[in-house]
Amino acid sequence: MSRRPEPAGTHDPARHHLSPTRTLDIDPLIEDPDTRIVVCCGSGGVGKTTTAAALGLRAAERGRKVVVLTIDPARRLAQSMGIDSLDNTPRRVKGIDDSAGGELHAMMLDMKRTFDEIVEAHADAERAAAILGNPFYQSLSAGFAGTQEYMAMEKLGQLRSRDEWDLIVVDTPPSRSALDFLDAPKRLGSFLDGKLIRVLLAPAKVGGRAGMKFLNVGMSMMTGALGKVLGGQLLKDVQTFVAAMDSMFGGFRTRADATYKLLQAPGTAFLVVAAPERDALREAAYFVERLAAEDMPLAGLVLNRVHGSGADRLSAERALAAAENLEDPRIVDQEDGKAGLRNSPDTYDSSESPATPDVPDGGSPAPTDVDPTDVDPTDADTDPDADAERPVDRLTAGLLRLHAERMQLLSREQRTRDRFIALHPEVAVTEVAALPGDVHDLTGLRDIGDRLAADRPELPTTP
Amino acid sequence: MSRLQVVSGKGGTGKTTVAAALALALATEGKRTLLVEVEGRQGIAQLFETEALPYEERKIAVAPGGGEVFALAIDPELALLDYLQMFYKLGSAGRALRKLGAIDFATTIAPGVRDVLLTGKACEAVRRKDRNGRFVYDYVVMDAPPTGRITRFLNVNDEVAGLAKIGPIHNQAQAVMRVLKSPETAVHLVTLLEEMPVQETADGIAELRAARLPVGRVIVNMVRPQVLDADALELVAAVPRSSVARALSSAGLGGARRGGHAERLVEPLLAQAEEYAERYALETEQRAVLADLDVPLHELPLLPEGMDLAGLYALARQLREQDVS
Repeated sequence: MSRRPEPAGTHDPARHHLSPTRTLDIDPLIEDPDTRIVVCCGSGGVGKTTTAAALGLRAAERGRKVVVLTIDPARRLAQSMGIDSLDNTPRRVKGIDDSAGGELHAMMLDMKRTFDEIVEAHADAERAAAILGNPFYQSLSAGFAGTQEYMAMEKLGQLRSRDEWDLIVVDTPPSRSALDFLDAPKRLGSFLDGKLIRVLLAPAKVGGRAGMKFLNVGMSMMTGALGKVLGGQLLKDVQTFVAAMDSMFGGFRTRADATYKLLQAPGTAFLVVAAPERDALREAAYFVERLAAEDMPLAGLVLNRVHGSGADRLSAERALAAAENLEDPRIVDQEDGKAGLRNSPDTYDSSESPATPDVPDGGSPAPTDVDPTDVDPTDADTDPDADAERPVDRLTAGLLRLHAERMQLLSREQRTRDRFIALHPEVAVTEVAALPGDVHDLTGLRDIGDRLAADRPELPTTP
Repeated sequence: MSRLQVVSGKGGTGKTTVAAALALALATEGKRTLLVEVEGRQGIAQLFETEALPYEERKIAVAPGGGEVFALAIDPELALLDYLQMFYKLGSAGRALRKLGAIDFATTIAPGVRDVLLTGKACEAVRRKDRNGRFVYDYVVMDAPPTGRITRFLNVNDEVAGLAKIGPIHNQAQAVMRVLKSPETAVHLVTLLEEMPVQETADGIAELRAARLPVGRVIVNMVRPQVLDADALELVAAVPRSSVARALSSAGLGGARRGGHAERLVEPLLAQAEEYAERYALETEQRAVLADLDVPLHELPLLPEGMDLAGLYALARQLREQDVS
């Protein structure tokens, strides 16, 4: 690209009312030794995992010892990082530039295995076997919608306490709503440690203190009702499970609380990831508000897949009008009386080879360069080479239509983005230019990292 | 035509939009459809530009030809309390259970129970009849969980079989599975022409088939129009810059000589065309993957002005024209 493209929509006057937008500087954030955890969150399909991986790679190549915890990476991305085997431990990623002394490790979360490991670590062998074989436990550890969120946080806590890495980058689970990720650990923690558990435990502890008798009547009524709904056998499984887990409950609550506090700590930075689309930005706004309410430190918004154009001074309307002129030259003939204009080689001789470079500027300026909107109608005759020029005209009309489409997309993205910024002017934003294809190798991730760190979107350069 | 239409898709593919457009399309000619939301995101209310939906069936749109679309956001907690009230007349004990966290437990922690309640409510709406013995709703369209979880969500029987071997949840699951595995149901998957959503669609179809759940159609959403054909794309690489500049100039976009207005447009426009070519090649690849799935394919266009109510009606019209409804 010979000239640096303008950021998306500079022609849009609305943008000036909203500036200056705070820019999110990625490099100072990931280079700061005090930044120990970066959490990427946002709705599904906005490029969260790719962003997390790209940040991890960039930080590692800038000298930090990084581990990236991904939840559900695309197969080819996982393969490129060598973490497609699910063994629930960080693996060193090969092929990175380690000249700055950094390292990149990556792992994919196996939630069932993480849960099993907690059980194995906190119960004696016999008890652990009883828990792991319990049907209720098996469903809970594999199926419950909140388990993934809880285990992601559990794993984060484990990685942090090992203190082997300078920086942990976490990708969050593709939840039905972004909030599950904050709520689920608490919910599971309070369930495993709560009143209900004691109710469920009550029948298993028959013959308790006399003072508990009244309470137990109420409780057995409750378990009776639960039994009706869930079926007696399920309730029994739950009770057995709960009894076996009894000694670990306090631990669950403590761990959930500790992880929650870790997320609020000064070394943690949240990045909300979104695409410039209405739904994704609405979720992002929701998340920004929720993080503030929970005192979670928000570093900023990563706006992925932003489109730009190197020709953004040419509006969609003008591009379309010009495309129509090329496709149906009679229209322009009627309007302007410039018959044959379509094939007029402006000030140049039509016999000139198309491959010959244009006459450089500096000679006598052609009228067309004085007023760019005015085409010099020197030759009103029908060009004998008209047929030869047709494919180029058709192509050019296509290019203009493509451009019009791009400009419509730009203004739509600009509107959604401006709405977000108007509501949340305090949020620092970094924009990442859209790529035509998917990312599945380190080179692609590095490219995304460059785009993340650049203060404005670059046009994707085609190799 | 199946009476329960389940719409799933990877996050970001627009499955809620497609579900809503399908409900509108099915409601033409005086039919009545129910659009059901199960994930509590209030996506339907936002799409139809109305206030948040309560846990009750209410009319949200009128379709061309006098049909009606009703919507329902199922809240699993309220569904469970409803259910307890209906079968056990629990009354205030229900509230006590709730206070204790038992309802929260049953609907969010106990695996599968939540899904049984959600699918159960939808199946109940499918089977419900009025006094004259006519179905209350001609069609029920469900905005279901994403592709990655859809089989597990619908296959409630397997989910709870190992847990609740008897009891009302077990019976409910059995009844639900009878509807879900019958031709009364069709599960549609929404995708984009991108690698990850297409891969997930292929995986999702394989899982649905393995669980003997009826796969309906694949709907490719947000398809961008073809602006440059294969001939034009071939020309992009070979065309002399100066002749494009001249064509631009002749179309009224300024001077074609170096530094002229038209000439300066050439490089950025061709760069955009190269991006388009790259994307086009990827899309062609993904179309081929989808064609191999042996499922009816449909395409919905990307709306240049973004999604709004008018756009929703336009998509519904497209679905009708493609005989999806």
